[in-house]
Amino acid sequence: MKLSRRKFLKVTSGVVGGGVAAELGLLGVNTAAAAAKANKVPIKKGKQVPSICPYCAVGCGQIVTVSDAGEIVDIQGNPDSPINQGTLCPKGSATFQLVKNEERWTTVKYRAPGSDRWEEKPLDWAMHRIAELTRKTRDANFNEFQDLPDGKGGTVKKRVMNTYALASLGGATMDNEWNYLHQKLMHGLGVVYLENQARI
Amino acid sequence: MGSNMAECHPVAFRWPLKARTDHDAVLMHVDPRFTRTSAACDVHVPIRAGSDIVFLGAIINHVINSKRWNEDPFFREYVVNYTNAATLVNPEFKDTEELNGVFSGLAPNGKSYANASWSYQRNAAPAKGKGGLGPFSDLLLQQVPGRPKTDPSLQDPQCVFQIIKRHFARYTPDLVGRVCGCTPEQFLKVADTLLNNSGRDRTSNITYAVGWTQHTVGVQIIRAAAMLQALLGNIGRPGGGVLALRGHATIQGSTDIATLYHSLPAYLNMPDGRKNHETLKDFILTEAGPVATSYWGNYPKFAVSYFKAQYGAAATAENDYGYNYHPRITGDHSHMPMMLDMAAGKIKGFFVMGQNPAVGGQNARLQRKALAKLDWMVVRDYFETETAAFWRNSPEVLSGELKPADIKTEVFFLPAAAVAEMEGSFTNTQRLLQQHDKAADPPGDARSDSWFTYRLGKLLKEMYRDSPLELDWGIKNLAWDYDPEPKEVAPWRIKDEPSAYKLLKEINGYTVADQKPLATFANLKEDGSTICGAWIYTGVVPEEGKNNAARRKPDDWISPNWGFAWPANRHIMYNRASADSQGNPWSEAKKLIYWDPAADSGTKDPAGNPVKGKWVAPSGEGIDFQPTKAPGFIGKDAALGFDWLSGNDAFIMRPDGKAWLFVPAGLVDGPLPTHYEPYESPVKNLVYQQQVNPVAKVWQVNGNSYHAVADPKFPIVVSTYRLTEHHLSGTMSRWLPWLAELMPELFCEISPELAQEKGIKNAEYVTIHTARGEIQARALVTRRMKPFTIDGKKVHEIGIPWHWGWQGNAAGDVANDLVAMVGDPNVSIHEGKVFTCDIRAGRKGGRI
Repeated sequence: MKLSRRKFLKVTSGVVGGGVAAELGLLGVNTAAAAAKANKVPIKKGKQVPSICPYCAVGCGQIVTVSDAGEIVDIQGNPDSPINQGTLCPKGSATFQLVKNEERWTTVKYRAPGSDRWEEKPLDWAMHRIAELTRKTRDANFNEFQDLPDGKGGTVKKRVMNTYALASLGGATMDNEWNYLHQKLMHGLGVVYLENQARI
Repeated sequence: MGSNMAECHPVAFRWPLKARTDHDAVLMHVDPRFTRTSAACDVHVPIRAGSDIVFLGAIINHVINSKRWNEDPFFREYVVNYTNAATLVNPEFKDTEELNGVFSGLAPNGKSYANASWSYQRNAAPAKGKGGLGPFSDLLLQQVPGRPKTDPSLQDPQCVFQIIKRHFARYTPDLVGRVCGCTPEQFLKVADTLLNNSGRDRTSNITYAVGWTQHTVGVQIIRAAAMLQALLGNIGRPGGGVLALRGHATIQGSTDIATLYHSLPAYLNMPDGRKNHETLKDFILTEAGPVATSYWGNYPKFAVSYFKAQYGAAATAENDYGYNYHPRITGDHSHMPMMLDMAAGKIKGFFVMGQNPAVGGQNARLQRKALAKLDWMVVRDYFETETAAFWRNSPEVLSGELKPADIKTEVFFLPAAAVAEMEGSFTNTQRLLQQHDKAADPPGDARSDSWFTYRLGKLLKEMYRDSPLELDWGIKNLAWDYDPEPKEVAPWRIKDEPSAYKLLKEINGYTVADQKPLATFANLKEDGSTICGAWIYTGVVPEEGKNNAARRKPDDWISPNWGFAWPANRHIMYNRASADSQGNPWSEAKKLIYWDPAADSGTKDPAGNPVKGKWVAPSGEGIDFQPTKAPGFIGKDAALGFDWLSGNDAFIMRPDGKAWLFVPAGLVDGPLPTHYEPYESPVKNLVYQQQVNPVAKVWQVNGNSYHAVADPKFPIVVSTYRLTEHHLSGTMSRWLPWLAELMPELFCEISPELAQEKGIKNAEYVTIHTARGEIQARALVTRRMKPFTIDGKKVHEIGIPWHWGWQGNAAGDVANDLVAMVGDPNVSIHEGKVFTCDIRAGRKGGRI
């Protein structure tokens, strides 16, 4: 049986809607607090920029719409994509709110040791401070050589060129280009506790 | 199996649904829970979490003893030519049948295996090959072993096929009934449907997700599926395969271009102080030696080009391309041991970028407490995640266990740019690279992730610029030049964003002499004349200014002009197996690539006449094979890579060219999948005397206690899982009003039977606890959950989604507080999909 595109969408829409969420509604869970924050659906008008959904690994195409003033005003599924043909799931459909969100932090926050509050700081100050801490921590804890098991019950001095005092944990929704750049810098510094969400 | 595709990958699930409506495909779901996926499938078979290998092993046993499999010549031709079924294994090898559930080679302390007895029987090593290939390749050529011995009749008792037959003989439908908890009839329905829908004209696919990986036998579950698909002739063919549904936009990319401790980009191993890796030569011979008769015979080119990318002009043949200055690992530095070492005070500084271990980490409570031991931490994200706020309002701070004044961690929060606010590429779960363009500048001081790492690197390189110390050579000489061209940043406010194009070009590779991008990894060299960050991505920038990840021309099948599938735009890997041993399509319906003896190969013989014959793909699919190698070609014995492989060696990344039903090397927990109970289980192992994976990763430390087998205090099986409305630890969903409204509160799925036993009412609160932690959630009493009967004993199972934390618009307890750190020995993934717990009515602290 061949389905028309319209009918196909109808068949598949049951998959992404309803289900557990609807059941919870019936349970009497209060959604009012979240509902009050729901934004108005924006109007799709302006320059269209091709993008990719930032959530799961299916790789749905998205179209980001930008107003004349250069503001992102809408994000929807890319109908050209052979993967999603314009459709998006609930998360993908909500991508706009990931970009335009009142709770998004857009300045650097700093918490001094022992403090009970955040302070706002300039980006440049933070970058210099982080670089200085990275250098100090590395230099105080760098191993050129280390005694390691020789496989015969003894130990042998081996070259390791690393530090165990620095660690890095990255997400898996960050660009390939970042992964490349970051592994390069970490390996340049001798960091071996280098991990990513891809592990788990 | 091991996936709730309709919920977690809903847009991808449109395609199996379409296959059913358009082509009458049968969809079957084998999963402990009845989920949205089950509801949309033709068949749902509930099995107890952690019993997958019994189910899959029994299908293997059923298939290889079936009439259809033994009588249809298709299966014999595929298996004998394309798998290692015929290969003879070392007579020293002892199977689990002979050793009560373990393999030969287990160390006296029972904690590790030596795998020498799992090796192949081989012919004598060939006469040494002629050199002239390159300094490292010439050495590899001297190490080539003899070809594996085989018995194509599959009768020799030491051949892989006979070993498999014996190994899985006890995996019967009756055993499935006893261990998995479904009926033998339900099992047979699945096994026969798979068998009857595999063959010359039809293929079947198996799809999984983290429901299979997060186990102490995770790798072996996936191995079992791969074996089954190889036995059914379903690998390398359209509609076949084993599909991993991965969970993040470029989780494939961050595995390929690894920011993982054990791996360099493109699956080169990380130099390791425990191995013979003293010099670059030692490293290459140790790592490439055992695999040099596969395409990995090109390892020297990949490795030298990586070190050239790392250190640029400073990397020379004289200094081993800077190899001496590159860090070595010395143990397991993966996520779990990293957090344990942090808790022990060994780690001082921590970069957390785009991950939220305070919620998403296994044994999250322990991980939060570890953060308090740091000197400093940098968090980069969109919102004030639980990880960023751990010192302020974590459950440990609210309970008084930790006081902010005592937490000395200096914390930086740096705001991150959203995907739409930067240019770059993602690699999806099918290995497809796709470009996203920049639509706007990020707001305020928000910056891209690459901006942060690039800027940090620049500041550090400035600090080390004049250092004469050997230990600083690596950072001082790191090639670090990705400043954007003026036109790249002309439209934008932020002018110091590194060039995504320059980064992708370096990943792709280029020649040192004229900086020209490499069109294919075949052009890489081991003499230092090429630079390449990750050889598997070569071809994404085939010429200057061209980015294949940004191609956007779809068609109605493979869409070779949409994005770029690594390697070399091959969408179906090992697709040589889509044709028979003579190179003909197995059938018209399943035609993908095939040998055309009349086609002009583009090469000429010594007399100057055109050579006829090449592999063709009318769909435009990339050919995962040497394009002019005839099906009847016999590989040379004293040779590397493609020269060693023959015309029917479809599995070009394996050193014998075959799909591995039996794994002679590369796994640490055995050459064949074997059922062990989860590390925490309410039942004894009914299959073997050995209860759990003997070499599972275990960390016996304070705060990470484990439950005993059939512990009466923790009788209930629990799985954690995901929902369509939320993403992972919730950073990208709980702050979004639309999603928070759709799925506002943590719940726990409970069967009516368990609810009745425990006095739990629907929608009221319940408390779930383990030796690690305690959480509360709303009870969702549903017939989707059913108790299992395991060998006559009733076993309850509950399910808890793990998206919640105390921050954001939809707040709730952290499900990962319940989970123990225990992991798969091959890859150090945790066992989040099955552990034990207890549950009671009411909230934490006794409130209703």
